[in-house]
Amino acid sequence: MDLFEYQARDLFEAYGVPVLQGLIADTPDEAAAAAAKIGGTVVVKAQVQVGGRGKAGGVKVVHSVDEAREAASKILGLDIKGHVVKRVMIAEGAAIDKEFYFSILLDRSNRTFLSLCSVEGGMEIEQLAVERPEALAKVPVDAMLGIDLDKALEIAKAGGFDDAMAAKVAPVFVKLWNVFKNEDTTLVEVNPLVLSKDGQILALDGKVSLDENADFRHSEREVVNIAKVDPLEEKAKALGLNYVKLDGEVGVIGNGAGLVMSTLDVVAYAGEKHGGVKPANFLDIGGGASAEVMANGLDVILNDPQVRSVFVNVFGGITACDAVANGIVGALNTLGSAASKPLVVRLDGNNVIEGRRILAEYAHPLVTVVETMDEAADKAAELANK
Amino acid sequence: MSIFLDQNSRIIVQGMTGAEGMKHTRRMLAGGSNIVGGVNPRKAGETVDVDGTQLPVFGTVAEAMAATGANVSVIFVPPAFAKAAIIEAIDAEIPLAVAITEGIPVHDSAEAWAYNVAKGEKTRLIGPNCPGIISPGKSNAGITPWDIAGAGPIGLVSKSGTLTYQMMFELREIGISTAIGIGGDPIIGTTHIDALAAFQADPETKAIVLIGEIGGDSEEKAAAYIQAHVTKPVVAYVAGFTAPEGKTMGHAGAIVSGSAGTAQAKKEAFEAAGVKVGKTPSETAALMREVYASLA
Repeated sequence: MDLFEYQARDLFEAYGVPVLQGLIADTPDEAAAAAAKIGGTVVVKAQVQVGGRGKAGGVKVVHSVDEAREAASKILGLDIKGHVVKRVMIAEGAAIDKEFYFSILLDRSNRTFLSLCSVEGGMEIEQLAVERPEALAKVPVDAMLGIDLDKALEIAKAGGFDDAMAAKVAPVFVKLWNVFKNEDTTLVEVNPLVLSKDGQILALDGKVSLDENADFRHSEREVVNIAKVDPLEEKAKALGLNYVKLDGEVGVIGNGAGLVMSTLDVVAYAGEKHGGVKPANFLDIGGGASAEVMANGLDVILNDPQVRSVFVNVFGGITACDAVANGIVGALNTLGSAASKPLVVRLDGNNVIEGRRILAEYAHPLVTVVETMDEAADKAAELANK
Repeated sequence: MSIFLDQNSRIIVQGMTGAEGMKHTRRMLAGGSNIVGGVNPRKAGETVDVDGTQLPVFGTVAEAMAATGANVSVIFVPPAFAKAAIIEAIDAEIPLAVAITEGIPVHDSAEAWAYNVAKGEKTRLIGPNCPGIISPGKSNAGITPWDIAGAGPIGLVSKSGTLTYQMMFELREIGISTAIGIGGDPIIGTTHIDALAAFQADPETKAIVLIGEIGGDSEEKAAAYIQAHVTKPVVAYVAGFTAPEGKTMGHAGAIVSGSAGTAQAKKEAFEAAGVKVGKTPSETAALMREVYASLA
């Protein structure tokens, strides 16, 4: 999960990474109060998880409390590439001398971590990587050894810092490694890291991504998500389902992430022949799913008003097809006459004969059992286009 | 033959006495795998009856290996203890460790892998978050149903478990030499390339199916490797053409960010390397049947 800038700032501060004051505000009045508290020149910054907020008018430097209120009233509610601003951060102004770049991230390709560093900051890192790749150092970081002061100096020098500046930034790199490691993150990025005119190193903006698999080690952590959450995604999460809402008409349920992703593709191809209908969601009921999980999944999907047909695609490995069939029967019994959307079911693998027998016996008018994945996708797309 | 796992594989199960471990130990035994014991420090010295097979429980992987001659460990321990379990297997220098566990923190996987590298990679690690490896008719180390397909000449390597099952099912009339699920996590042990190299060297494998999905660059690297080193025919499939950017689709690794890692980029990389790519699992299987027919 990605943190907002202000959350990253607070985390940095807790680890002793030098940051400027930053206070959050959800209304223009709160923004004015925050500006008054900090005093002097402040920056009003939109809290959105998308790049390019500066160009979109989401960042304003102001010199008074009234200006802060006015800037906040313009920025709050602003739509930046589909992200509506609900919160701003009022940050202390800084007199910047130089801007740098530093990050630590997961390097899947080399099965380790990687630090990116450049003495040339101030632009988007993707742009720097393309335009001046030689200016962006990529230094592998051993997962067991991490970044100590020596390693930090190596990274700084590779990034083009001279000895004096390297000695100044290296201790900050070590603290950022501590954030990366101790908080179980997959990304810690500071852009820009700056040298202020009074000679201080400061992390002015940060991105942090948390690894949700490690949540069990951070039970004290309460991460507030102010981003808009789809109500169906919220419901699915509460039911422990792995669900992603998409923009389409064919509801999809399957077992196993790979098979469900594949099902989305097959539905999209089939949709090309049926009025361009698309998959409405990703829903993986996982290995060994019970009838109850299946019924919960159907409940979420049938509550999506965009859905016009549902495709249940199960290859029973650990999951037993009879449990899937019983889940479908249970969900339809619960819904009763409220069930109005056609279901296309394809079952194969573990206990398939029994699964198909249960559905044949149930003989619900809305349920069609189809033998293969391709034919079933075609049928589901056809029904969604009716 | 087959790769990494065969009739001489002697398997221990780390976490055998847990619910998942026991369920799958039973299934592996039913499929004919030679399971020789389990590991659980709290139950060391006990013997567990699994459907009539008496399996000794050892305190450590090293003890289990010394007592049974085990050369494969399948790991079912929960995420919080998985790193320690993998490191224990590496310390014991077991030739093959298969980590089934889903939901291991990526820092733990990264540390376990770094540890393996530091120790000279004496252990082949498969996974984590994978279905394991099966050489039909010989042995099964993991959770793949043993009865989907019989032995045959097709080697299969996949990031996804259920797509592995689906593809084995589609190709059951030809048969499988070894099917290996490498897992969908961002950091994994055995890669597509490791499997390709082994299939290329395995005289029983005549053709290879490679299944990938969005995220990372494992497929692009595999494509380059195929072009340079693989003379056996390869057919590929990539899942996730319609996955939106920035969304995690179940597998922690399956997330598209920026232009790299898309299904389209992977498909193009394979095609540039002369590898046929199916649009769907069934089309991929059909391509493989054609390729196989032309070999005969």
